[in-house]
Amino acid sequence: MATTAHPDSLVLEGVEFTSRLIMGTGGLSSLHTLEQALLASGTQLTTVALRRYAPGQGDTLFSLLQRHGIRILPNTAGCYTARDALLTAELGREALETDWVKLEVIADEDTLLPDVVELLDATEKLVNRGFKVFAYTSDDPAVARRLEDFGAAAVMPLGSPIGTGLGILNPHNIELIASRAGIPVVLDAGIGTASDASFAMELGCDAVLLASAVTRAQNPVAMATAMRHAVIAGRLAVGAGRIPARRHAAASSPMTGLIDVQVSADSPRGDWAQIGEKR
Amino acid sequence: MSTIILNGTAQVVPERTTVVDLVTQAAGRPIGPDGHALDGSRLGMAVAVDAVVVPRGRWHRTPVVSGQNIEIITAVQGG
Repeated sequence: MATTAHPDSLVLEGVEFTSRLIMGTGGLSSLHTLEQALLASGTQLTTVALRRYAPGQGDTLFSLLQRHGIRILPNTAGCYTARDALLTAELGREALETDWVKLEVIADEDTLLPDVVELLDATEKLVNRGFKVFAYTSDDPAVARRLEDFGAAAVMPLGSPIGTGLGILNPHNIELIASRAGIPVVLDAGIGTASDASFAMELGCDAVLLASAVTRAQNPVAMATAMRHAVIAGRLAVGAGRIPARRHAAASSPMTGLIDVQVSADSPRGDWAQIGEKR
Repeated sequence: MSTIILNGTAQVVPERTTVVDLVTQAAGRPIGPDGHALDGSRLGMAVAVDAVVVPRGRWHRTPVVSGQNIEIITAVQGG
């Protein structure tokens, strides 16, 4: 009997991961707590942002991730145009010596929703420059397909807007994206709690990417542990083959061989005395 | 002397300053001609001059010119 909790691996661009939980690193002021949370989550791939170097600041996060052998996925957070995203991606490749990039091109600051026009443009250009593009996108199946056509390494549709914790607002679309994609699908953004992460996996996603749900939880380390198990549980459930949903009940106990209960006039509700007991 | 904008702040640097000098100063570690730290650790830093990335192998032979806008970036916490 298989005893492993990971019966299968996630393969991204030929690299194998036993964890299907990708973590973001934003939202925690304590680097120590972040470290504990990342370890509790079991993640093997985490996103980082790229910002101006301030002595004694970024170096520690970079060395922390290196120390634990956690692969780094630089993002283009904060970019509003393909042009910004291209420069940020190039800087990330140079700084972190990886051609993987989480491409994020947002429309505006209030919704942080992806600007898919700029996203598609940037995807095409980055792929041409040799990047492995992990495209953060809307939950639109048509856009997901276009991203795949343009050579994205993975599509990462949102469950709901970044940081909201609203979960998966359009499960039908997520399921449609996952069922049609020929590249890995990562549910990215909107996860609020463990059941959201399980649900994403049950809908057919290959992995889940989350940050705020853990880093802004009251107990980030405990929530990281919950997310680790939630992703495993959802993945196992998919492989196990769930029962079809039905409108009426179906007993799991046999309906034959039932005992014959005589209703007495003295105790019509069954509250009779035990043998030997005085009433 | 040259006046440059380094990470958004005006800074006066000596003539013949190169990008590697700026990175060395920021990182506080000596950097070899290949753009890697001499102590073998990874720098995790990149440089853009006027919005064009300068590969680390060219840092030591890229002079800093007055009026240039130079960004030195690194990984920070983020989603």
